[in-house]
Parts: sequence; structure tokens; C-alpha cells
Amino acid sequence: MNGRSAMSNAITMPPNPVASAQLEPFLADFRAFDSRQNGSEPLAVKQLRQAGIASLAATGFPSTRLEAWRLTDIDPILQGHYQHPVAAPTVDAAALIPHRLAGCASLVLVDGHFSADLSDLSGLSEGVWAGSLAEALRHPELLALETLGRIARFGDPAQAFVALSTAFVRDGAYLQVAPGKAIERPIQVLMLASGGSTVSYPRNLFVTGAASQLTVIETFVSLNESAHFSCPVTEIAVGPAANVDHYRVQKENRAAHHVASLVLRQDQNSVFNSHSVMHGGALVRNDVVALLEAEGVSCTLNGLYVVSGKQRVDNQMLVEHAKPHGYSHELYKGILDEEARANFLGKIHVHPGAQQTDAVQANRNLILSKGAIAHSNPQLEIFADDVKCTHGSTVGQLDPDAVFYLRSRGIGQEAARSILTYAFAADIVERIKVPALRTDLESFLFNLLPEGDVVRQMAI
Amino acid sequence: MNTPILQISDLHAGLEDKPILRGLSLTVRPGEVHAIMGPNGSGKSTLAGVLAGREEYIVSGGSVLYKGQDLLEMEPEDRAREGLFLAFQYPVEIPGVSNTYFLRAALNAIRKHRGQPGIDPVNFIKLVRQKAAMVKMDEALVKRNLNEGFSGGEKKRNEIFHMAVLEPTLAILDETDSGLDIDALRSVAEGVNILRGPERAFVVITHYQRLLDYIVPDVVHVLVDGRIVRSGGKELALELEERGYAELEAQSRSENQPALAAG
Repeated sequence: MNGRSAMSNAITMPPNPVASAQLEPFLADFRAFDSRQNGSEPLAVKQLRQAGIASLAATGFPSTRLEAWRLTDIDPILQGHYQHPVAAPTVDAAALIPHRLAGCASLVLVDGHFSADLSDLSGLSEGVWAGSLAEALRHPELLALETLGRIARFGDPAQAFVALSTAFVRDGAYLQVAPGKAIERPIQVLMLASGGSTVSYPRNLFVTGAASQLTVIETFVSLNESAHFSCPVTEIAVGPAANVDHYRVQKENRAAHHVASLVLRQDQNSVFNSHSVMHGGALVRNDVVALLEAEGVSCTLNGLYVVSGKQRVDNQMLVEHAKPHGYSHELYKGILDEEARANFLGKIHVHPGAQQTDAVQANRNLILSKGAIAHSNPQLEIFADDVKCTHGSTVGQLDPDAVFYLRSRGIGQEAARSILTYAFAADIVERIKVPALRTDLESFLFNLLPEGDVVRQMAI
Repeated sequence: MNTPILQISDLHAGLEDKPILRGLSLTVRPGEVHAIMGPNGSGKSTLAGVLAGREEYIVSGGSVLYKGQDLLEMEPEDRAREGLFLAFQYPVEIPGVSNTYFLRAALNAIRKHRGQPGIDPVNFIKLVRQKAAMVKMDEALVKRNLNEGFSGGEKKRNEIFHMAVLEPTLAILDETDSGLDIDALRSVAEGVNILRGPERAFVVITHYQRLLDYIVPDVVHVLVDGRIVRSGGKELALELEERGYAELEAQSRSENQPALAAG
């Protein structure tokens, strides 16, 4: 069976001509892509991809009539003409240096393709498998094939980009930590857009065994200023009593479009902490789905977005508390300047029987200019009676009394505003446990804020 | 030493539609401690706010000279760098900003303004320890975030601690005594008394005479309806304690027909 015939069986086109026109370039790319794969992938992967494209074709891209996409304008993405690189282009290793995190192993993807040459996977402990997803899928002793696509689900119109990304699954980062094992040093998955108007669909899959420990940093960067589109999906299986620290840094160029999904599933008594930092991109959409499907899990999802100009950033969080004694804590903070816009939609869903759930969600936005707008929409859906759930959201400006207080002690106005802006972000910055990553973020903020040197003095 | 540190002449100021100070004049010379007393709404905090440069107050008349310069033309931070200090009635809680590091940044901003190099960390820590001990400030509070979670008394003590480190030329204490227990009140007063000297001056704004048992003023002024209606020696404070402000308020109003509301 070749790709083309499978396609024609699987795809039912939505009746709407606009929707069809939006889909067509992606379907054409799929046909070309599919024929190139030509039996080089396991059958299960091929089937998964076909399910992805069929789902996308059936639902079309999400319209703003869908609540989850009400405030995300995807037209700029759909109007882009993207090149889908067949193989990883050559990249000068020197260009990566500013983006590498000291003290971390690195797994480098160029336009979604694993590059062994650029990666440094030395010094990983026994019981850790780190490398290309495409390769891992061919190793029957690994859990890649049986886990892929089982965590990040699609089918619903709101999940169209998961379906799209899944249709083009080929490569990405695969990490597996054996039960009881811990990584020696954090692993940075460095995802590069090589330049040009490329589209990439990196697929990352991290599987951690019982009582294992993993620290992983996903970094998204562009190597030049051209507009490109990244549509990554990351799936994480957190094993029983495992401890996973996940970080994500989105610092692609100011023309980039980025629609990402992170879906994690936690097993009993596991701990998952995620910190997401977003300051790149023209349009950034991050969906995070936490499936707390076993008892006694702890899940922390923190984020910081710092946007200006005409940047758009949209964070959509869904925490599924399916079993008792779950703890989830979300804190997303945003700093918006100029005409930036941010949207936050956070849903906590407590299933029947998920007693003793303890869920906290907060979204705080600091608006630095008249033209910036933040929307915040926390939602609780609770179907159990013995739970503790709180949520809060704020959109506000710098407190003029605080600014005056600092000025009255001799601090200049610009510096006072910068100190308070940094202080707003500080509780997220302080929670970052990877030293090089924390230093990077601090430097970014000191460089961004006027009178950053005064702020630097105060933060050290 | 005859040049006044502060010379306020016929100052009129208030909020947008509300005149509060109506012709206030005050001269403070080096080495002096002036107490400003008065009933609620008489304009005590407005005076402090105008001197420190709070933007919400609008000055509609008169002048304020600070060390011979037009104070009202200066930005709040420049006033501070020139040695003016306001101890806030309600110090602001600022999460995420360390008390110590903030103080170092403030001190360095002032030193830079004077053409001095930034203080090195070792000397700064010594200075902080010494001043904290001087005002009996708990070292744990010194290291915490600025006023975050401090009790009312701790916040006021922190203001005096900042003052001790920054060593201002003119310090204005805006009701620093209100709500303090006797120990805190003594520490605040001690902080002021240690800093008292021929080069410096203090304006102590208070509603009660109590603080003046510990900080003995050179001059006491009574502020009613935005003007100083009486000035005298320290015994005036005791007299006010006994007789209250009612008499002076009534007198002020009969002189200012039609009657003015104490805003």
C-alpha cells in the first residue's frame, strides 16, 4: 500500500471551501512527504501519520468559533508558504554556541531532523537512552514505538495542530530513562530553525521508568530572522514515583510562528515540574495537557512570557485530575509591552472520584504600556466533592506607589520600573534549577529592561 | 551656616480639585529638629508628599527652596540624591526586591550623584550591620524582601534603618510614630537622635506628643487647615497634649470666613 492510495481512502474533506483551501498546501505536502517515507518507517508510525492527516482533513484548522482558539488568529500561519526540508541542512556548529547550555548534554534537531554531529550525548549514565526518535522507533527493546502517539491525542477540532504535527512524524528527540536510574547531567534538546521559510514538526518523546529521574530542557531557536513555522509535539510518560524536571525556552525570531503541544501522563506518586519561558516568535501558541491518571501525583506547571512589539502569545493549559490525591500547581506570569497580546486559558478538570485533589492555578499579567492587552480565563470543572481548587488571575500595571517609593530613595524612574518588572518575574526565575538556564534568563531580562545594570546589581 | 536647608514660602498645594495647603511657610536651618503637629486632615501628609515629590499633588502657589535650589523642579530621585529623605507613613511592600540589595542600589545612586564610586560589598555589609544594630533592626529583616510581610512596627523601623544608611541632609518623618509600641518608638527616636548633628535637619510630622518625649524638637509648629497657626518651643507640644487642637481649629476658622472644612 503506498501513501497516496491510503490517503484517498482516509481523507474526507470538510465541505467548507475556505477550510479546504487552507488545508490544501498541507495535504499536498503530506502526499509528497508520505511518498518519500516509502517504507522506511515502521508500519505503526505510518498508520499513526495517516490517522493524523485524516483527522486534520476531517476537522479542518480550528476557527475562532472554538473556545480554545477564540483569541488565537492562525491566519498568518495558514497564509505562509513554507518549505519542508527533506533532510537536515548543514549548520555551522559555531552558530549553536550561544544557545548551548553549559553543563548540559545536548540533542540537536535541525528543522526537526536529528543531527548526531551537532549533538553531545557523552557522559550520560547507564540506563539512559538519548538520541533520534526515528532511530529509537526501530529499536524494539525501547518503549518508543509503543508509546508514540498514545499520550498526545487528537480527533477534536481544537487538536488539529496535534493531528497536523502527527501526520508528519519522522524524527525528533527520544529519551528513555530506565527504572531507578537518574541522569548525570541535564539534557538540552536544542531545536533549530536553519533559516528560510521552513516548516518543522519535531516530535519529542520522553519515557521515564519507575523511580527514575530526568531533567530535560527544550530550547527553540532560529538561526536567522526569516519567518518559519514550528509545530512541535512533545509527549512525556512519567513513570511511577519518577521525578521529571522539564523546561522549555521559546526564543525563536520575531517573525516565527510556533504552535506547540506538550502532553504528559503521570503514573502513581510521580512528580513532574515544568517551567516554560517564552519571549520569541511573532505568534506563539502553547498547549499543555497534564494527564494525572494515577493516584498521588504532583504536577507543577509554571511559565513566564515576556513579549513586546506585535508579539502574540497564547497559553492553554488543561489539567486532568482523574484520580485521588493529586496535586497540581500552575503559575503563569506575563510581562507585556508595546502592542503585545497574551491570552491564557487554564482549565482544571477534576473527574468524579478524584477526591482530595489539591489544585491551584494562577495567571498574573503585568502590562507596561497602554497598547498591550492580556486576556486571562481560568476555568474549574469539578465533579468530586472533597477537593481544594483555587484559581486567580490578574492583569495590572506597575504599582505607582511602589515606583515612587523606590524613586524617593534615589533610584531613577526607569530603573525603578525595571526593578519592579524584574521583581514581578523573579519568583519564576528563582524556581529554575538548571544554573545555566537561569543565568540565561537573567541575562535576557537584564538586557531587555532599561537600566538593566541597576537591576543586575540588585538581583545578585 | 545661616543658609536654611529648607525654606517654604506661602505654599499652596492640594489634590486636583481640593486645596489642602493654603499658604504654608516654614524655614528649617541646619542642626534643627522641627516638629509639625496638627489634627487629621490639616495637611501634614500633603506637606510630606509635596516635599518628596509625589505626583498626585499639584502646587498652585508659593515656593520651596532646598539648599537654595528650587525643590519643586526636581524629580523625586534627584531630591533623594541631594540628601532629602522621606520616612513613609505607609511604607510599600515590594515582593521580589531584597531589602539589602535595594538599599545598596539606593546608596550607590546617591554616591554616583556625588561623584563617588560605588560602595564595595564588604564595606556595605559592615555598614548595614552597624546601622541595623544602631536602630535595633533584626538582621533577618534586613535580608528579607522589602517590607514584605513586615509588621507595622517593623516597616517603620526599616524606614529609620534606610535613613541611617543613607544619612540624609534633611529627613522628613511622616507619622513614623503612629501605631508603634514603646520599644519601637524608642528605637525610632534613637535612630534620629544618633543622626542629629550640625549639618542635618529633621522635620518630624506627628499627631501625638508622645514621640517628642524622645526626640526633643527645637521648634514645634501647629498645622491647621493647611497653614501654620502657631509655632513655639517644645513646651507647645505638651500644651497641645493637654488642650487638644479644637481651640486652634476654631480660631483658624473664625479667621478664615467662610468656614473651611478640614478635608
